[in-house]
Amino acid sequence: MSNLTSVAYLISSVLFILSLRGLSHPTTARRGNFYGIVGMAIAIITTVSNPGVLSYKEIAIAFVIGGLIGSVIAVRIQMTALPQLVAAFHSLVGLAAVFVAASAFYNPSAFNIGTIGNIPLGSLIEMAIGTAIGAVTFTGSIIAFGKLQGFVSGNPLVFKGQHLLNLLLGLGIIALIAKFCMDQNPEYFWMIVAASFLIGVLLIVPIGGADMPVIVSMLNSYSGWAAAGIGFTLSNNLLIITGALVGSSGAILSYIMCKGMNRSFLNVLLGGFGGEQAVSEGGAKDDRVAKQGNAADAAFVMKNSKTIIIVPGYGMAVAQAQHALREMGDLLKAAGAQVRYAIHPVAGRMPGHMNVLLAEANVPYDEVLELDEINRDFSDTDVAFVIGANDVTNPAAKTDKTSAIYGMPILDVENAGQVFFVKRGMASGYAGVQNELFFRDNTLMLFGDAKKVCEDIIKGLEN
Amino acid sequence: MSEISVQLENLSFKAQQLSDQASQLALAAVETSGGHSDFIIFGITVLVLACFVGYYVVWSVTPALHSPLMGVTNAISSVIIVGALLAAGPIDATISKYFGLAAVGLAAVNIFGGFVVTNRMLSMFKKKS
Repeated sequence: MSNLTSVAYLISSVLFILSLRGLSHPTTARRGNFYGIVGMAIAIITTVSNPGVLSYKEIAIAFVIGGLIGSVIAVRIQMTALPQLVAAFHSLVGLAAVFVAASAFYNPSAFNIGTIGNIPLGSLIEMAIGTAIGAVTFTGSIIAFGKLQGFVSGNPLVFKGQHLLNLLLGLGIIALIAKFCMDQNPEYFWMIVAASFLIGVLLIVPIGGADMPVIVSMLNSYSGWAAAGIGFTLSNNLLIITGALVGSSGAILSYIMCKGMNRSFLNVLLGGFGGEQAVSEGGAKDDRVAKQGNAADAAFVMKNSKTIIIVPGYGMAVAQAQHALREMGDLLKAAGAQVRYAIHPVAGRMPGHMNVLLAEANVPYDEVLELDEINRDFSDTDVAFVIGANDVTNPAAKTDKTSAIYGMPILDVENAGQVFFVKRGMASGYAGVQNELFFRDNTLMLFGDAKKVCEDIIKGLEN
Repeated sequence: MSEISVQLENLSFKAQQLSDQASQLALAAVETSGGHSDFIIFGITVLVLACFVGYYVVWSVTPALHSPLMGVTNAISSVIIVGALLAAGPIDATISKYFGLAAVGLAAVNIFGGFVVTNRMLSMFKKKS
């Protein structure tokens, strides 16, 4: 690698770091994204001017086709479908990593790592590990995509001996890598790919829909490690640096999501949490009756309130209620109320999902606050309006040691003067735990589709 | 006087010999290690340091922008296209080249998709007017 190339790759790496750094605040974020684009352009141009790269026409065709597909999807996608889009994109990085590793295996001289059948041991190990991570990322992300999109049931799929099977497969992959390094047989290479594909599927099927924020972040992390693994094969620092950035970013996001649920990463990975089984255990036993209100009541109460905090959850995203919700907020602000939004770390199906949906509906970002910024304010608040969220408001997380969600940080909506819950029915939340708040005196349930309820309240406010 | 100059000449000659020997040894060392195994330690150094950079940079990202963060990291993880381009580079039509071209296409989907969707998200974040 010439010095000029190395310097160009270094500049790319720095630009990538700056692009993440830009995201520390919404005002600098777009510039950050621009740095990322410039960094990528430099990396691509530098690589294409490498003397070994000659088939410009074919590369251009592949690049343009891919670029067009990516752009069209990104322009058209609905913001509520972001989590599945991100999962789908991760799968492509994983597959690309497998292809690059396969390519290096069949033509090592293009990468300066020996000749066919004579690849040095170090390169073989790196290649095998990069391939395995890439393959796991590919199928794991496809299953995550299927669950988020609804192609695959969102319920956890658990069966006997699941973890044992995963363990055996994991050991099998290690054995295959050892075999592959010894005789460089292409059969072993493809067996590593196949076994990793399988383990990617098996790792994600036992994980329920609402744990997806952790999984999407984890796969984000894997796609980074796959890139770093390929970076070792190519002896390329840019790939290693970028892979490490992405890898640590995904890992930190997974950690934040796990903390938001007070669960260990291992507990999420082992799966089986939530889903129908848990709902039937916890949900049906209660014969108390929750007070039910209607949109007109809610409109009347909120019109006469000074301070309102809205707590959105996944239900808002499903009902596409963010625009109606913002309109409702605007009317309340016009009536003189202070309206703010409280976001729980695990609200939605990916980190920061609610913030994007509210931003899409033109809610200013300085009205949208995180749990620790706003939690103390509930006690001075007239109305807490919970729309499509449940478990993240459940006080059992603080009081009931036997509860599945014990220890999870919650939004203290119970401290508000009046609580409205917009829900489709009385079903318990994802964790299968009954929410005590539904039966409190200061709670009123507003049953119905989140968007419809907001529209009805808007009508009530306009009268 | 002339004695000293002769001694100096001898010294410089010896120094030259020594430096020649040293460079030959260094060359031999590089040859035996194949140049690559040196990179593993170097690469791991870079990896570990980059993880630290990533750790501090990512913690400074505001939680409100965690979705765009995933969009950007998704786009930049497609820097794997560097490997794909090298694989697709040779003129000869080999299986290796086709794997490379496929990887170029996949990475391109991600690069464009990732940056465009992130830009869309970020353009929606507005301050109170």
